[in-house]
Amino acid sequence: MREVAIVSYAQTPMRRDAGANNDVEMLMGTLQEALSNVGMTQKDIDFTCSGSCDYLGGAAFAFVSAVDALGAVPPIAESHVEMDAAWALYEAWLKIQCGKADTALIYGFGKSSHCALPDMLCLQLDPYAMQPLWPDSISLAALQANALLQSGKYTERDLAEVVANSRRNAKGNPKAQLKGDYTVEQLLKEPTFVSPLRKHDCCPISDGASVLIMTTREKAEKLCKRPAFITGIDHRIDAHGLGMRDLTVSTSTRIAGEKAGVHKGKVDIAELYAPFSHQELILRDALGLDPAKTKINPSGGALAGHVFMACGLDRIGAVATSIMNGEASRGVAHATSGPCLQQNLVAVLEG
Amino acid sequence: MSREDDVLRAEFDLEFTYTRSTGPVIGRFYTDLRDGKLCGIKASDGRVLCPPQEYDPVTAEDLSEFVSLPDTGVVTVWNWVKQPRAKHPLQKAFAWALIKIDGADTPMLHAVDAGSESAMKPGMKVKVRWAKERKGAITDIACFEPA
Amino acid sequence: MSDEKTMVEGFEAPISLHYTFAAGHAISKFLRSMKEGKIVGQRSPATGKVIVPPRGSCPESGKPTTEEVELGDTGTVITFTVVHIPIPNNPVKPPFIVANICLDGADQTFIHLVSDCNNDDVKIGTRVKAVWKDKAEWDYSMDNIKYFKPLDEAPVDIEKLKASRLKEVGKYRHA
Repeated sequence: MREVAIVSYAQTPMRRDAGANNDVEMLMGTLQEALSNVGMTQKDIDFTCSGSCDYLGGAAFAFVSAVDALGAVPPIAESHVEMDAAWALYEAWLKIQCGKADTALIYGFGKSSHCALPDMLCLQLDPYAMQPLWPDSISLAALQANALLQSGKYTERDLAEVVANSRRNAKGNPKAQLKGDYTVEQLLKEPTFVSPLRKHDCCPISDGASVLIMTTREKAEKLCKRPAFITGIDHRIDAHGLGMRDLTVSTSTRIAGEKAGVHKGKVDIAELYAPFSHQELILRDALGLDPAKTKINPSGGALAGHVFMACGLDRIGAVATSIMNGEASRGVAHATSGPCLQQNLVAVLEG
Repeated sequence: MSREDDVLRAEFDLEFTYTRSTGPVIGRFYTDLRDGKLCGIKASDGRVLCPPQEYDPVTAEDLSEFVSLPDTGVVTVWNWVKQPRAKHPLQKAFAWALIKIDGADTPMLHAVDAGSESAMKPGMKVKVRWAKERKGAITDIACFEPA
Repeated sequence: MSDEKTMVEGFEAPISLHYTFAAGHAISKFLRSMKEGKIVGQRSPATGKVIVPPRGSCPESGKPTTEEVELGDTGTVITFTVVHIPIPNNPVKPPFIVANICLDGADQTFIHLVSDCNNDDVKIGTRVKAVWKDKAEWDYSMDNIKYFKPLDEAPVDIEKLKASRLKEVGKYRHA
């Protein structure tokens, strides 16, 4: 295995509506920031890989136009996944493992302000027995939340605590969209939205873009004082039909975590892609994380800002940044995709 | 296009007029729905799956042994939608629920017209409210209602 | 009953999603100019090339573009095709010509219609000029140009055009 480390990460502020900026305009500045952090130009990049969703762009092959932000002339080695950019990072990591590249640039972007994301996400469901009913993503998450509450493992208070922690942690994150001091009591007084979820249990709609650069050990050590090495990475998927799985656990996260080696050392911080508060609890359990020993979502996580298709990469970027800053030595980043945490990626990062 | 600050915005509808083919398993399920009936399919471990799946969830074998089922079942988990979205099957407050059809071992997703959230209980019995016009689709079940 | 009826083999599964699309800074500016009957491109700070319609970036270098360049409405057909199927809800009847047009002073082509001519007379290198809708109908749209119509000028040698453009943009290149 080649040792691969993250050396740079840049993110736009997450905003409810980036309005004036189109995808290319959102990306350009962020790309330049990620490159200039480590004194690179496009010529130093061997492989570029992105994650985005054409339905979000509202056009087939919408992602292709983003290439205009890259400076892709003469033609560059490039690829795209119609998934969160955390999976683009996985593809780039494999490319480096295969010896086809030393340095990769990964980006994710999305403007959810263009359309109704909860409805759009119906298109990822079983097209025969589910999608024609249009069960939106919030409704399905609420089903899962109720299953968790009914199991007796957690209470509505636990959900509110996740939200209060996220909002508080996000105060230290200049890119976060939602932040502030809220008490659990205050949150529990809010009316339910899609019961048992309240609006604050759901991630916001966000626009934004993120860029990350990773490279081999020799190069990383020249570019960065404390590169964040990817010491384990794995992704797994649960069954497509919601009725076919136990919604109160995330088996795919558990196995991905075991394969990535989460338990092989102390976990200082964990960034979990939980678009709904109860999912943070399910993920914490699946990865065997103890909030008394591990700082969970110090960035605020997806509840503080959710750039669909970049949010998973942002989890990796947030852990990498903590390691590069010297705030953490070992961290876990998680990304999800699909309804009710169907598919999950876990990466272990070490300084 | 409307004007707001320096940005121009345009409304548009993206439409795909897909016609999906069903294959023998979903086709049989839909045929039964059109005829006002429900069916499941037997998996290798003996479980009855409803909606029927084409392949065994454990062994990935082709499945073909259909089991006729009644149009009644039990709610395993639910939520409560106070304000339906425009595309939802009911345009008044309702529950999404996973419903285990009597005789089946895995639940299906559908809407339950229960009137109020307090009427929803674990293990509550429900029955199909059939759509007035049925044409062979999951929407032939208009929703479920308390039995 | 199902024995008498046919098996279901397929079903209609229409999907519709509603969007409110934001055009972005560069395209907003471009469309705003179009409403005034002007075609305004942007010059790349890296290559000197003029991009129209602009997207806010130079695709070759990834650098933001800000310098605006007003262009005329004449240009050259770089390539074209004759279409024999109708465009739904469009008054243009087949066979009609869809062409890649490079405006004079621009370095990027865009696609538009060529009409009001004998289709057989259109060649690669044919000189064309925009035919605009009535001013009262102008909107934030490329459709303000109904189509391009061939000019009574000799066709251009595309290779020579490219070479002269490269020489021209060389003067602006400073990155």
